[in-house]
Amino acid sequence: MAQRIDVKDLNIYYSDFLAVANVEMSVDPRSVTAFIGPSGCGKSTFLRTLNRMHEVIPGAHVQGTVAMDGIDLYGADVDPVAVRRQVGMVFQRPNPFPTMSIADNVLAGVRLNNKRISKSDAEEVVETSLRSANLWNEVKDRLNRPGSGLSGGQQQRLCIARAIAVKPQVLLMDEPCSALDPISTLAIEDLIAELKSDYTIVIVTHNMQQAARVSDRTAFFNLAATGQPGRLVEIDDTSTIFSSPREQATEDYISGRFG
Amino acid sequence: MAATDTLTPDASALRLALTQVDPARRRKDRVMRGLIYAAFVLAMIPLVSLVWSVLANGLGRFDLYFLTHSMRNVYGGMDAGGVYHALLGTILITGLAALISVPIGILTAVYLVEYGSGALARSVTFFVDVMTGIPSIVAGLFAFSLFYLVAGPDSRSGFVGAVALSVLMIPIVIRSTEEMLRLVPNELREASLALGVPKWLTIIRVVLRTAVAGITTGVMIAIARVIGETAPLLITVGATDSINRDPFEGNMMTLPVYVYRQYAAGLVPCTPGDAACIPTINYDRAWSAALVLIILVMLLNLVARGVSRWFAPKTRA
Repeated sequence: MAQRIDVKDLNIYYSDFLAVANVEMSVDPRSVTAFIGPSGCGKSTFLRTLNRMHEVIPGAHVQGTVAMDGIDLYGADVDPVAVRRQVGMVFQRPNPFPTMSIADNVLAGVRLNNKRISKSDAEEVVETSLRSANLWNEVKDRLNRPGSGLSGGQQQRLCIARAIAVKPQVLLMDEPCSALDPISTLAIEDLIAELKSDYTIVIVTHNMQQAARVSDRTAFFNLAATGQPGRLVEIDDTSTIFSSPREQATEDYISGRFG
Repeated sequence: MAATDTLTPDASALRLALTQVDPARRRKDRVMRGLIYAAFVLAMIPLVSLVWSVLANGLGRFDLYFLTHSMRNVYGGMDAGGVYHALLGTILITGLAALISVPIGILTAVYLVEYGSGALARSVTFFVDVMTGIPSIVAGLFAFSLFYLVAGPDSRSGFVGAVALSVLMIPIVIRSTEEMLRLVPNELREASLALGVPKWLTIIRVVLRTAVAGITTGVMIAIARVIGETAPLLITVGATDSINRDPFEGNMMTLPVYVYRQYAAGLVPCTPGDAACIPTINYDRAWSAALVLIILVMLLNLVARGVSRWFAPKTRA
């Protein structure tokens, strides 16, 4: 259920503007990889290229390869819609569909694609997804209530349940805790630790303690100056990055001596 | 006021600063408040007086007979005649107009919000703005001459009227739908796309579904705007005293034209002593038909509110 990702010579553009340059990295299956770095350095932009959400923005395009188990996601015969079914995504702000109930939100990936699903299958998908997202016990008595009535932390776990209901190989998380309080954050972090036994997880975070807590490997992104493209400075085991990074810039950033 | 007496000088200065109101500001507040209330009353006067006079003049003849009979074989000051043919015509023609303009309007708005960029989208937006300002009589002349060229001089029918009304309706539907689609948060589109839902399904199942309440309201406003149009219908549909159920053949009556014709007919010159002759019958029918039109618009609005409430995003758990 989990695949490795190899990125080679990736340049990411918004129209003519080179936003992120020369990224080269590998993401191991069944591991958590964290991206850290200052705002505007291209972490989120890079994350969005991993499931081709980047190209939703008009004018955005990439050069280079992003290969999942050796298959280039940007190959000519690859359908971006199919890529997104394999590589799920959780966003910074919880975004459950306001017109749908909790159960329908979990089933959104199936229902929105106009696929038929039997009632018993649907119930099973809802229960296993919500259980995986540690939300089942809190919402099992109100599955037909609107999803937007939940608290922020619950909504974010609902979004995670929605993402894993389509059974992706990889789960991308774009600052999933930045809009949440510490207790909800803890719940999500525990969840990430559980999910990594089944999924390859890539998480962008501004919280370095969070990166240190949840990730196996950490990538540090930086940009020389505004207007310059962001670059991957280094990627290594999380313990190495936070104890003895190779680059001075990384050490400056994680020790708070940045800028 | 014992507490005040024991205050230190510093505290009493603070107390003064906290309690003293700038008299100029208070005056300004009073004046503005008065102006705002006056503006509200001024705005309500014509509305209340309009509803009042339509009710007072129209309720007299407003009954089941009036709603279920046409003007066929009704003449002079006869105590007869009704609005059935006009009500039917208005519903058929406005319905046809909605059938034409709602799909075109919504699809254009979807194009502008979800796909359009560059010169084509800009020019569509510009022409929609221009179309919003078209006088209704011009729309009538346009539809009439279009069908004159295609079908010859004898082309009057409800359908031509519906085309004229859609020329007026389409820009309103586009504008209001566009506003509503732009209100749908981009996060919902991204959430759907990230689940592997294709763009067209995202637009139908998420964007339009989230905005459907607002779109319905916009469509209702557009219908309310054209349902009372008289001039374009006089040109394109004409008038008749009989029931015509076929919007593709022959003249039809509509409520606004009915009101206009009845009012234009004026007082009936009754022979003195003829008890069956009502001199003001034409005016009475005009007022009652106006009342029917207002009630029709009100009913449509109620239906739209119901639809909006049913489909609106639910926030309470």
